[in-house]
Amino acid sequence: MTEAIKDNINEKEDILKKVHQFKKKSQAKAVWTRYKRNKLGMFGLIVFCLMAVVVLSADIYLDYEEQAIAQNISERFQFPSGEHILGTDQYGRDVLARIIYGGRISMFVGMATICVSLSMGAIIGASAAYYGGKIDNILMRIMDIFLAIPNMLMAITLVAAFGSSLLNLILAMGISNIPRMSRIVRSAVLNVKGQEYVEAAMACGTSDARIIFRHILPNAMGPILVQATQTVARTVITVSSLSFIGLGISEPTPEWGAMLSEAKSQLRYYPYLAITPGIAIVMMVMSLTLVGDGLRDALDPRLKN
Amino acid sequence: MSEKLLEIKNLHVMYRTDDDDIYALNGVNISVEKGKTLGLVGETGAGKTTTALSIMRLLPDRVGAVKQGEIIFEGKNLLNVDNEEMRSIRGNDISMIFQDPMTSLNPIHTVGQQIGEVIKLHNIHLDNKDIELKIDEMMEMVGIPADRKTEYPHQFSGGMKQRIVIAMALACNPKLLLADEPTTALDVTIQAQVLQMMGDLKEKFNTSMILITHDLGVVAQICDSVAIMYAGEVIEIGTIEDIFEADVHHPYTIGLFGSIPDMTKKTYRLNPIDGLMPDPAIVPPGCRFADRCPKCMEVCEKISPENFIKNTHQIKCHLFTEKAKNATGN
Amino acid sequence: MTVPMIQTKNLKKYFATKKGELHAVDGVNLTINSGETLGVVGESGCGKSTLGRVILKLLEPTEGEVLYEGNDISKYSRKQMKNMRKEMQIIFQDPFASLNPRMTVSEIIAEPIKVCKTITNDNEILEKVFDLMNTVGLAERFVNTYPHELDGGRRQRIGVARALALDPKFIVCDEPVSALDVSIQAQILNLMMDLQDNMGLTYMFITHDLSVVKHISDNIAVMYLGQCVELAKTDELFENPAHPYTEALLEAIPIPSLKYRKKLNIIRGEVTSPINPKPGCRFAPRCPKVMPECSQASPELTEISPGHFVSCYIYMNGHYQTKGEKHENISANKS
Repeated sequence: MTEAIKDNINEKEDILKKVHQFKKKSQAKAVWTRYKRNKLGMFGLIVFCLMAVVVLSADIYLDYEEQAIAQNISERFQFPSGEHILGTDQYGRDVLARIIYGGRISMFVGMATICVSLSMGAIIGASAAYYGGKIDNILMRIMDIFLAIPNMLMAITLVAAFGSSLLNLILAMGISNIPRMSRIVRSAVLNVKGQEYVEAAMACGTSDARIIFRHILPNAMGPILVQATQTVARTVITVSSLSFIGLGISEPTPEWGAMLSEAKSQLRYYPYLAITPGIAIVMMVMSLTLVGDGLRDALDPRLKN
Repeated sequence: MSEKLLEIKNLHVMYRTDDDDIYALNGVNISVEKGKTLGLVGETGAGKTTTALSIMRLLPDRVGAVKQGEIIFEGKNLLNVDNEEMRSIRGNDISMIFQDPMTSLNPIHTVGQQIGEVIKLHNIHLDNKDIELKIDEMMEMVGIPADRKTEYPHQFSGGMKQRIVIAMALACNPKLLLADEPTTALDVTIQAQVLQMMGDLKEKFNTSMILITHDLGVVAQICDSVAIMYAGEVIEIGTIEDIFEADVHHPYTIGLFGSIPDMTKKTYRLNPIDGLMPDPAIVPPGCRFADRCPKCMEVCEKISPENFIKNTHQIKCHLFTEKAKNATGN
Repeated sequence: MTVPMIQTKNLKKYFATKKGELHAVDGVNLTINSGETLGVVGESGCGKSTLGRVILKLLEPTEGEVLYEGNDISKYSRKQMKNMRKEMQIIFQDPFASLNPRMTVSEIIAEPIKVCKTITNDNEILEKVFDLMNTVGLAERFVNTYPHELDGGRRQRIGVARALALDPKFIVCDEPVSALDVSIQAQILNLMMDLQDNMGLTYMFITHDLSVVKHISDNIAVMYLGQCVELAKTDELFENPAHPYTEALLEAIPIPSLKYRKKLNIIRGEVTSPINPKPGCRFAPRCPKVMPECSQASPELTEISPGHFVSCYIYMNGHYQTKGEKHENISANKS
């Protein structure tokens, strides 16, 4: 008896060994190898990562209250120097510190927006494409109506209606991006849905949810990811624009658009106050766009050579 | 023996990709006589299309390159003529038909315009009225009513599109027609129509043709001679009778025939060739078919075989050269 | 008489298109007996793939019945169908499109087992996967590779292994070898025939290639524009083709032998549109033997000799002695 059990155990171990012996080549690795070849994409990724590291670790080397918020009128309008690398603004706050903390807001809003719009967009787009027919028609027509309202206008209306808090801003941005996201998801899913492996899954009686999440979405991820990075980039701009016209993040919280807005009155005498947050916005948006382009090429195996 | 229109000597072609160097052709020797049809047979990756593209000098830029060899067309080495001259040879003297007719038709022009375009390019002296007449003539010739010339490609069926492509290819009376799997995408009844039409037109214009296909049935129908390719080499070449009726064959040819279900008798199981096409990135010292060959000998893995020649029939295999050696030795 | 594995009764599948109703499958009556192979031949657009999918209920039939071992599955609910799916599977034409590119070979083969929960223990599933890979002749070292790293022949073996994972009785093979090179095609055909001998599988083999279908089938159904125009035992069909379309089809195959090199009798014209078809025989516009009655009503499938059914007026109205009556369900198992 014990012999038999032992044999059984050995057999099982053998099978596990067999499987592990032939290592999986990760697909993420293959995408990464292809991504690495794209110089512009790599440049964008490095810039973005540097900015992310600087911004996220800000609390280690900066004091938010002291350097970004507290006013120090005696030190106002100082030109860049050793003490204040990018100078100080009209309330004597360190511009560099404010830009770094402003980056936090931009990144946070960007990421939160994509979470809202992607999750909603994925559900709406995937069900529209998978079920088709009436459901598709109704959902897409609703999205069309939303799409007819410009992004910015929609965000302004929502913020104006519910007040300008961070949460409202995120909701406004997220909701206004849902229609575009759901269209992208829909077309990506439609593409994959016609493939024979989906039919093969149906032939085994696979449930709809399993077909969508295991067979369709992983294969539709490429265009969706690309769109997501670009949405983040666009959101950064929109948030800055909203803040610029006074509807986004309000004083004293540092935000790039708000900083630009403040600096515009001093443009003639202290141009660096406007230039530096401008550069920050450009760097963030450009790096994300480059990452998006790089991802698009890396995820599409047809563009391999 | 009639005159040779095209002769390819020891052609080597290589593709350079990011990962590997692909040896697509490794010393191909074929020739086409005037007014005759050569069938180029082989499986995916054998180098059939590469051969045709080399003749047209249309190998993909930067990636593909002719490493060695000559392509002699009417006494001229096509690899040495300048681009201007090559352009006039393409179309005037040599035309090509592709497997998918849609790739050679422009969806936004009517078929009449497209045929006319080709005629205009090669007959500058013709005025518009003559060109219109010529278009009608070409369309009728391939069996499509001339009044359909104002329609767009998508309004035609696959078989008709392929006829139009053939009309375009023949519009300037080429001396050599390269047909790359012209009927593979078509249904059998349509394939039969197109093949018959091609055969008739070939006779009418006395055009030579290289027919690239994987279908031995098609070859048996319309070819005069056959070259069988494997992994970038011609492993057997001869007249149609040599390939279909002679007693001796390359083991690969035997495997190829064994893989097709025979319509004329009942077979229990097919006799396919085991294994797969070799990796084109590696050139072994010996015969490229050695590891799949049921009659592989020691010498096969070491030395690349010479051609065994018997009249018009050539087989690139040690089986026969060794035998011949032994025979002369005795 | 035993209950046939698959039987279709007046099966119809229409698709609504902008131009009108597309009659993809139009009143097909077929019978497939257990352990046999029915070959379904026809040119592109004749509805052969749709027929296979309607039988598997991947598409809902517009009208008619599909009997699986005597039970009408066309009215089954999704839940009832889920149990049936274990017994009927499909192998696809394109070994590139039919395998999920984000899943490894073992995941692909194990997927049906996990979905139907025929085995729940992970180790036993793996054991089964290795078993299946051995059965279809896939080396074990491919267990964790992705399909795009393999060639067409090996991919098609994965497709076969996946279809076998649930131990089905009936498999629809939709052009399983058309995308493969001849030498690989022969390997897969041999594999499928071996599997049939060893496991007693029943195949419905859909293809446009008559030489392949002759090799593998016991019975052959010839389809033209959604209708079955001739049904017979394989040898009978090739020796005595009755329907003018079958004759034309046989005539058109290029045979790799010089003995058959001749001026062919080729049928003219092309397949007409299956959208809103006119009454009458669908083949009439191309038929060399067309008669006045051909354009009035569709001919019925008629038995002209035991087990040989043709739908053509030549064999109906006194031109030919009718040996059978009208048949709703046709059994080819008369021997």
